[in-house]
Amino acid sequence: MKILVAVKRVIDYNVQIRVKEDGSGVNKDNVKMSTNPPDDNAIEEAVRLKESGKAKEIIAVTIGEEKAQETVRKALAVGADRGIHVKSDNYIEPLGIAKVLKKIVEKEKPDLVFLGKQAIDDDCNQTGQMLAAMLDWPQGTFASKIEHKDKVIEVTREVDEGLETIQINLPAIITCDLRLNEPRFASLPNIMKAKKKPIEQLNAKDLGVDITNRIQQIKVEEPPKRKSGIKVANVAELISKLKNEAKVI
Amino acid sequence: MSREAMEYDVVIVGAGPAGLSTAIKLKQIDPNISVCILEKGSEVGAHILSGNVFETKALDELLPKWQEEGAPVKTKVSKEKFLFLGKSKSFSWPTWLLPPVQKNHKNYIISLANLCRWLAEQAEKLGVEIFPGFPASEVLYNENGSIKGVATLDMGLDKNGHKKDTYQEGMELHAKVTVFAEGCRGHLGKEIIKKYNLDNGKNPQQYGIGFKEIWEVNEKQHEEGLVMHTTGWPLDNKTYGGSFVYHAEKKQIYIGYVIGLDYKNPYLSPFDEFQRFKTHKDIRKILEGGKRIAFGARALIEGGIQSLPKMYMPGGLLIGCDAGTLNMTKIKGSHTAMKSGIVAAETIVENIKNKTDLSIYEKKFRKCWAYKELYAVRNVKPSFSWGLILGIIFTGVDQILFRGKLPFTLKHKHADHKSLELANETKKIEYPKPDGKLTFDKTSSVYLTGTNHTENQPVHLKLKDPNLPINYTLKKYDEPAQRYCPVGVYEVQQEKFVINSQNCIHCKTCDIKEPSQNIIWVAPEGGGGPKYGNM
Repeated sequence: MKILVAVKRVIDYNVQIRVKEDGSGVNKDNVKMSTNPPDDNAIEEAVRLKESGKAKEIIAVTIGEEKAQETVRKALAVGADRGIHVKSDNYIEPLGIAKVLKKIVEKEKPDLVFLGKQAIDDDCNQTGQMLAAMLDWPQGTFASKIEHKDKVIEVTREVDEGLETIQINLPAIITCDLRLNEPRFASLPNIMKAKKKPIEQLNAKDLGVDITNRIQQIKVEEPPKRKSGIKVANVAELISKLKNEAKVI
Repeated sequence: MSREAMEYDVVIVGAGPAGLSTAIKLKQIDPNISVCILEKGSEVGAHILSGNVFETKALDELLPKWQEEGAPVKTKVSKEKFLFLGKSKSFSWPTWLLPPVQKNHKNYIISLANLCRWLAEQAEKLGVEIFPGFPASEVLYNENGSIKGVATLDMGLDKNGHKKDTYQEGMELHAKVTVFAEGCRGHLGKEIIKKYNLDNGKNPQQYGIGFKEIWEVNEKQHEEGLVMHTTGWPLDNKTYGGSFVYHAEKKQIYIGYVIGLDYKNPYLSPFDEFQRFKTHKDIRKILEGGKRIAFGARALIEGGIQSLPKMYMPGGLLIGCDAGTLNMTKIKGSHTAMKSGIVAAETIVENIKNKTDLSIYEKKFRKCWAYKELYAVRNVKPSFSWGLILGIIFTGVDQILFRGKLPFTLKHKHADHKSLELANETKKIEYPKPDGKLTFDKTSSVYLTGTNHTENQPVHLKLKDPNLPINYTLKKYDEPAQRYCPVGVYEVQQEKFVINSQNCIHCKTCDIKEPSQNIIWVAPEGGGGPKYGNM
């Protein structure tokens, strides 16, 4: 079995995001970047399948600027075999990303495609689903547990009501939840080995797909500041405030 | 069971200006020397914090084409000011009356974190292997007592030290020469200074705690290239310290405050002194209407040559602020740290090729300009132990009239942790409440540092005696850790001493100032700590 894992380079989750003064986006100057957290789970799951003998090869793919290669390199350091970096200096919407990934899938012919359930920067939660639709493949989204059984895969999904378990045929798309596993650390020798693993570079423009953005971003704003709380003396005051000031009851 | 090991010619601990300079110089002299750098930050620069007005002397030597090659050293100092602050007044000291070492007209306003990122790129191009997110946590020794290398920390331990599913054993890195370049109060540096008695016959080391904030302000309040320093208010005459206000590129102000950790009042809160300083009318007018976008704090080393330990030992060198090469009178340490790193590289090459003893490092360093510079300013910091006013008068005589050539050397008398007076003999200090616009609390400040440590890992702030904070330090000094820690890691709650180690920004102040030296800072799991951007 061959697994393709899509990884994205995003602003590290510990960094406090700062909106640009002109509202055109967020500040990325010298900000610490990392792999999108659920993508780490995706890589980890693929590596575990390989370790259990069920997968033969893992390919990590990313789409983005030159430095996005670091994200592929990190995937290689935790166990992916080779990488693909599709270069694009501009932001591409999930639809465009899904089209690019479809091209890669057609070329590499994997049995499984793992993605994070969503990226923590745009929170779109669309790419996996769009890719499944375009390929006409079954999808198991928000996976918190997977079990590979020959030609099918059992996916436990984190849904609003609880857990849902489905069985889908391969080839399939899986989008990973943070609960799926606990990603490992890359070890020093593996980081060094990863430096020698191949990363194929492609250009998004040369893939023959329309990646034009269709959504016009009007403005990026900081969320309003939360007012500090107050202490009330008794229940009566609380009820009065809820009624008259907050007007929620 | 033995751990996995990797062999290098040279292993460097810490990717700051000193360590990176050593690595680059080594590869320039001999590309075949294998060099590896371990860095505890999640990336190079993540734990770097500095003013910074940068003197390019060492960079000119190391990478003469730095300008063409795009080093982030761009904003030239265009104007200088020095203010004495009173509570509501200020007095501007004419710059022509400043000692020559305090003049900055040839220097640049930079972000040292960004310079380190750039230096790391240059080092990697030369074949240096840099591993961010891997703290060196242990010094390894050969049977003959020389340094064998270092080991990285085990990862994936829970708070009780048990292995989690993600457990990964640390690795040994063996080297012909190990270079310690951890910065001020490095925890391995501290160990080897003790083991090899490197500070034998030296004065006790002196430290300060430095704060820095980056503000974005209106164009009208901004004058790119302007460098201003202040002394005086809000500190009293007995407390050593001062501020910097640098007008950097992109309408940004780098504002900061440094306080000597030899302060006496256990109620003093360095963080709150810095916040209060910003309310002075001359400072407020620069920041008002602007936005604070970054915050950080880090201890710095102030002892100069009187406290500078021996910088070599069998199989190892101690360089930069890990040893203490900062020039406090200049308020600069990057150029001297880099020079100490360059000299280290030259020494190591001779050691590897000709088996010359590493002790030649001391002779080489004493001959170079960095040491001469430190020698000339040696009497300035100790003279301030007589108070601000006498310190300034002495400094004027020493630096302007005699240019540091007075035929005597003043001593640092006490280690910083011995300077606190008893709580019941000192006056409490009431600090004004933060307004959330100009002044802030510790919680919102640590938030800006991007600090995080993985939950459920062993606490990296160790207490030698877990009962001491409540049984002794609280009674005697009203537990000053609550105040000297810039981010509120230490709290006393209902007679319990709480350590919020996940907030630690690795400044090392607790390790220095704790009156009984009861707090030991050790490296947490890799990648933890602050994530400074343009500090």
